[in-house]
Amino acid sequence: MAAFRARGLEKRYGSVTALGGVDLEVGEGELVGLLGPNGAGKSTLVKIACGLVRASKGTAEVDGAPAGSLAARSALGYLAELFRFPGWYRADELLVLHQRLAGSSGGADERAELLELVGLSEARDRKVEDMSKGMQQRLGIAQALVGSPRVLFLDEPTSALDPVGRRTVRGLLEELRRRGVSVLLNSHLLSEVELVCDRVVILARGVVVAAGRTEELARPRGVEVDTAEGTRLFESARREDAPRIVAELVAAGERVYGVRVMESTLEEIYLEAVGGQTT
Amino acid sequence: MRGAAIIAGYAIRESVRRRVFPVVLVLTVAFLALYALGVYKAYRSIDPFATEQVGAGALIDQQVLFSATLFGLSLFAVLFLGTVLAIFLTHAVVRGDAERGLLQPLVVRPVGRATLLGGRFAAAAIVCAVYVVAVYAAALLITHWVTGWWPDRIVIPAVELAGAVAVLVALSLFGSIVFSATANGIAVFMIFGAGLVAGLLGQIGEALNSNSLNTIANTASWALPFEALYQDALNGITADTAGFTKAALSLGPFGGAQPAGGWLGPFVLAYLAGLAAVALAGFNRKDL
Repeated sequence: MAAFRARGLEKRYGSVTALGGVDLEVGEGELVGLLGPNGAGKSTLVKIACGLVRASKGTAEVDGAPAGSLAARSALGYLAELFRFPGWYRADELLVLHQRLAGSSGGADERAELLELVGLSEARDRKVEDMSKGMQQRLGIAQALVGSPRVLFLDEPTSALDPVGRRTVRGLLEELRRRGVSVLLNSHLLSEVELVCDRVVILARGVVVAAGRTEELARPRGVEVDTAEGTRLFESARREDAPRIVAELVAAGERVYGVRVMESTLEEIYLEAVGGQTT
Repeated sequence: MRGAAIIAGYAIRESVRRRVFPVVLVLTVAFLALYALGVYKAYRSIDPFATEQVGAGALIDQQVLFSATLFGLSLFAVLFLGTVLAIFLTHAVVRGDAERGLLQPLVVRPVGRATLLGGRFAAAAIVCAVYVVAVYAAALLITHWVTGWWPDRIVIPAVELAGAVAVLVALSLFGSIVFSATANGIAVFMIFGAGLVAGLLGQIGEALNSNSLNTIANTASWALPFEALYQDALNGITADTAGFTKAALSLGPFGGAQPAGGWLGPFVLAYLAGLAAVALAGFNRKDL
C-alpha cells in the first residue's frame, strides 16, 4: 500500500487551475522530493493531502484513507510553508499540545527525543517568540513528528535554516528513512533534494512534467578525460564507453590522469522540465 | 469531547497569554467603580422615600424608578462589555488565524473541524457567560448597597444576558469563517449596535403605538435574538412592577422592554444550532 497516492488530482480556484490532474505516489519508507517553480501547485498538492484544501476532482489517499479523513490525519505529520506557533508557548509546551491533539502517549520521552532530533534540547523551555526563525522551523519539524506519523509532508522545511540547520534536517530525513517513515518533501533547494530523496517529482503549471530517480532523469553529456594534452570531451560517449576511450587513448600513447562521466545535474533536469518558468 | 476540551483549553490559555483578561479586568473594575460612584451621587440627589403625584391618585415610586433605571443602564454596560470580550475572543478564530498560519497545524490533527469550532465556541461562551454573570452580580450588589432595592427577577436576567453573549460569540465565530479578523470585529459590533437600535425603536414604537416600528423591532429581535434576550432581561428586573411607576420606566431607555414570552429560550437554542450547522458547513468547505 502506498503511503500517499494521488490520482487525477485537480484543483481550481475560480478560473485559475492550481492542479491540472496530478498522479503521484509515495511508497512505504520512500522519500520523494517535490520540485517546481512558484505557483506550480506544490503547496496545494500537500494541502490537499493534509485535508486543508478540497480537491476539485480526483482522489488523494494517505495511508489508504481518503485525504482529510480522521484516519488520514491520524497517519500524517505536516509542516506548512507559512506557519506560526503562538509566541507564548515554550517548545516543550507546544509539543505537549500536539501530543494531546494527536493522541500520542509518548509523554516526556517522546518530546525529549524529538527536541534532540532537531537540535533543540537546550531550547526546551524557551518561548517560541524568543526563538530565531530557523529554530521555529526546527520546532515545526519536531511538531510534525509528534505521534510517530507514518507519512510526513514537509512544505519548504529548510527555507529559513542556515547551512548547519539544513544539515541537521538532512540527517533527520535520513533517520526517518531508516525508521520507514514516508516523506513528501516540497523544496526549492535542488541540492538538498538531490542529496536525500529517493525520487523527485517536478510540477509545472499544475501538472507533473518529470518524475523518477535522479539518475533515471539525468541525461548523458559525454565523457571528459584529463590527459597530458589537456581535457578532452567525448560528447556522444556514455558511461559504458569510458573504459574503451581510456584504452584507446593509452594505446595511442597518451597519459590519462582522470576520467569523468558527465551527466546533467538535477538543476539542469529541473530547468529543462519547467522550461525556464520561474513564477 | 476530549478534543473539544483540548481546543477549549488552548483557546482560554491563548486569551490569558494575549492579556485579554487583565485588560478586561481593569476596564471592568473601572466601570464598576464609576457605576458605584454614579449611583451613590445620583441617589443622594433624590428623595428615595418620596412618591410623585402625577395625577389623581397616581403615584410613582422614586426608589424603584431610580434604581431600576440605573440597574437597567448597568445591564446595557454588562452586555456591551461582554460583547467586547466575545468579539476579542473569537473574531480571528478561523480566517484570521489561518492567514497568520496558526490554524493549519491544529486542523491537520485528528480532532476534526467540528471539534475545533465547538471547542472554540465552548471556551468563549463559558468565559463570556462567567464574566457577564459576575459583573451583573457586582452591579446588582452595588445598586442594592446604595439604594436598598432588589429587582423583581434576579437569576433569569443574568442567564439571559449570558445567553445574549453566547449568541454574539456564535455570530462572531461564524463571521470569522467568512471575514478577515478586523472586518469581522467591525461587522459584529455593527450587528450589536443594529440590534440595540432596533430595540430602542421598539420602545419608541410602543410609546407611540406605531405598528411599523414594532414590526421592525420584532423582526430584528428574531433575527438577532441577543437583543430579545437583553430586552427580556430588562423586562425581568421590573416584571412585577405595575402602575405609573412601570409606565414611567417604560418611557426611559432601560425599562420599557416587553416580555419575550416562553418561546424565546427554545428559539435561541434552535438559532444557535442553526448557526452552528451553517458555520460548520462553511468551515468544512473552506480551503485553508
